[in-house]
Amino acid sequence: MKRLLFATPVLVALVFGAFFLWGLNPERDPNTIPSVLISRPAPVFTLPEVAGTGVPGFSRDNLEGNDAPVIVNIFASWCVPCRAEHAVLTRLVAEEGVQLFGINYQDEPEDALRWLNELGNPYARIGSDIDGRVALDWGLTGVPETFIVGPDGTVLYKHVGPVLGDAALRDFTTALAQARQAGMS
Amino acid sequence: MIPELGQFALTLALGFALVQSVLPMLGAARGNLLWMRSARATSLAQMAFSFVAFVALMRSFVVSDFTVLNVVENSHSLKPLLFKIAGTWGSHEGSLLLWVLILTVFGAGVSIFGTNISEGLRARTLSVQAWISVGFFSFMLFTSNPFERVFPPPPDGQDLNPLLQDVGLAMHPPLLYVGYVGFSIVFSFAVAALIEGRVDAAWARWVRPWTLAAWISLTAGIALGSWWAYYELGWGGWWFWDPVENVSFMPWLLGTALLHSAIVTEKRDAFKSWTILLAVLTFSMSLLGTFIVRSGLLTSVHAFAVDPERGLYILWLLGLSIGGSLLLFAWRAPALESGGLFRPISREAGLLVNNLLLASATGTVLFGTLYPLFVEALAGERLSVGPPFFNATFVPMMLPLVFAMAIGPFLSWKRADLAGVLQRLKFAAMLSGLVALVVWYLTEGGPVLAYLSIALAVWLFLATAMEWSGRVKLGEVTVREALRRAKNLPRAAHGMTLAHMGLAVAILGFVGSSAWKSEEIVFVTPGTEISIAGFDVVFEGIDRVTGPNYVANRGTLVVERNGIYVTTLYPERRQYPVAQYSTTESSIRSTLAGDLYASLTEAASAEAEAQGAWTLRILYEPLVNFIWIGAAMLVLGGGLSLSDRRLRVGAPRRTARPAATETPAE
Repeated sequence: MKRLLFATPVLVALVFGAFFLWGLNPERDPNTIPSVLISRPAPVFTLPEVAGTGVPGFSRDNLEGNDAPVIVNIFASWCVPCRAEHAVLTRLVAEEGVQLFGINYQDEPEDALRWLNELGNPYARIGSDIDGRVALDWGLTGVPETFIVGPDGTVLYKHVGPVLGDAALRDFTTALAQARQAGMS
Repeated sequence: MIPELGQFALTLALGFALVQSVLPMLGAARGNLLWMRSARATSLAQMAFSFVAFVALMRSFVVSDFTVLNVVENSHSLKPLLFKIAGTWGSHEGSLLLWVLILTVFGAGVSIFGTNISEGLRARTLSVQAWISVGFFSFMLFTSNPFERVFPPPPDGQDLNPLLQDVGLAMHPPLLYVGYVGFSIVFSFAVAALIEGRVDAAWARWVRPWTLAAWISLTAGIALGSWWAYYELGWGGWWFWDPVENVSFMPWLLGTALLHSAIVTEKRDAFKSWTILLAVLTFSMSLLGTFIVRSGLLTSVHAFAVDPERGLYILWLLGLSIGGSLLLFAWRAPALESGGLFRPISREAGLLVNNLLLASATGTVLFGTLYPLFVEALAGERLSVGPPFFNATFVPMMLPLVFAMAIGPFLSWKRADLAGVLQRLKFAAMLSGLVALVVWYLTEGGPVLAYLSIALAVWLFLATAMEWSGRVKLGEVTVREALRRAKNLPRAAHGMTLAHMGLAVAILGFVGSSAWKSEEIVFVTPGTEISIAGFDVVFEGIDRVTGPNYVANRGTLVVERNGIYVTTLYPERRQYPVAQYSTTESSIRSTLAGDLYASLTEAASAEAEAQGAWTLRILYEPLVNFIWIGAAMLVLGGGLSLSDRRLRVGAPRRTARPAATETPAE
């Protein structure tokens, strides 16, 4: 019994080592989180508006039959990176003329409203996802997350974390440009 | 030529390490004194040649020798000299070179200062230390050669990440490494003791100064890193529970536990196998940190350039050193007879509580850090574990620790009178409750945990102060007599008082700056007024300024309180054209009461930028400077304790006094 106790540390270390060995697999890149949704239709949902914002809520139907791809951004007022990302999204809407929909994740409507009043509202539609169910269907791993949805309602691209920094922004705008071209043809 | 010399020196050092890893160990087994003493020469040679290699690399950086690949990738001729030098350890290869240099310095330190350590133990310790050296020298030479040449040489370098061009950060890795690597010698001591099969009070006394030295550096390194994140990153936070922060924090937590359990082993001959295990695990955590940072196993802001081959090599090193030592532990430790018995209420028991809580906290941080990896491996899902997890699990574990920490020093060895101690601390308990109430009255709400933590910090501070004044009999005898008593108190006792108080001070900072932080993020145009935490801030506009290797947009903010001018803040947004990178230079008005912190972020749109509209972030972080003051007190306290004669067992020709009679250190 005593022996077993003293052997516990080495056994635990072995288990850790096995995980590490697995984690070193060169094909594994911890920075990309694959989405189960890519190239598949966006989930079915209906979200009410966030009261007072003046923009409507939205549902799966609003993602279909658009002329151009739409950006869906999952955000929350309590999320600090979202604040940083907000300026980038605002700029994207202003410069690219793209439609931006927001899913307000696990947020009190009053807080969300205050946040938007303070920072400005670049969103064309905002759905209130108070209990986080819909975000779950979108495969949310952490706020913020941003999707590009094609005119037929297919999810084309997913970005995890804030769209910040040159590399992330470049990838995102490239994906957007590709989505637009695909929409034309 | 010089880079080749550097590489040659590295190879020679590896040769000496190979000899040292075998000869003294064999000598100790066979009783051959000459072989045992060979470790002295080889350890000094290892240090000397690592130093030559390090200086060779540093020279390449200073003169901007762009035929060396590492210099090309991490330096630029226009960079200020200080940051050229710091570039030496800014990359994976260079930092590894610093790593092995420190490793060999500690080895040489033991062979120079460890003259009163028994021959056998010293020889074995140095051999074990050489095993680690062999691992890392070969790792460098085979997978990460810092002296790799490039031909044809490019005209100029690719710059060091401008975020890293900061004095705090230039000093942060060396200190952190002294801490990380310093625990290697403690590890070697533990493995040597396991091989020898003997752990006694003398062993614990030899180990303590080395543990303490490593712990001091690690404390300073972590504090500097956190300070850098606070001032440089412009996020207005000082700790983010990022995996790389966590892996530096885990050796600190375990090292703190080790520091305390070694006291029990030294004074009471108890907790032997536990102390050994802690010594092994503390360095294992350092190695794990090295592995995680350099293998790209987890997502982090800190990671070096990632290469799976390197990861695999370090994993082998890890497996051999950690697996081997723990196997040795499983085999030999059960035979270590345990010493002194103690009652459930005693200083031993107090230190046991300290150890259990610190070890559990380490386990929690380890689990939280690696949880995403486990889940991904088992369920194929990706997720991230963030601050909410750590705040919900780690903080509640620390609160009882702080509570017990106040009482511990009052307890006597073997059996103590808890009721009597609590009786003495009644006043401290009442006062800390009162302070929490006053804070509650003054602030407009905050989490209950925050008030509790404030009360506990005050409790710890008062109790520690009372313990100290009780020892010098302050108030009972004349001031002169009290001063004399204070002078005669061992420095380790002062060290403990200072360090424990430092933690109390730091807790005030942790709580104040997280529970009562105010934050405003606004679009500003010249003339915009913002009010925050009683300050009125006016945004005057943006100027273009040019630095040595960057251009910047600098905002001017005039701060007033109640109509009286306070200060002007100049936050900057810098562009580094060569590195194609921009950074945020926040501007801070720092006082003891709190920091007013302003940073600029990107303009919302091109038109907005043309009109001078910017996104401005203003924060008020109450008491945040208490964190750095507390950390400084921890470091100073550790230093005082280290300077205690009792612990300077290495001081040549000066016999260590027998374990001090009734003035326990911690």
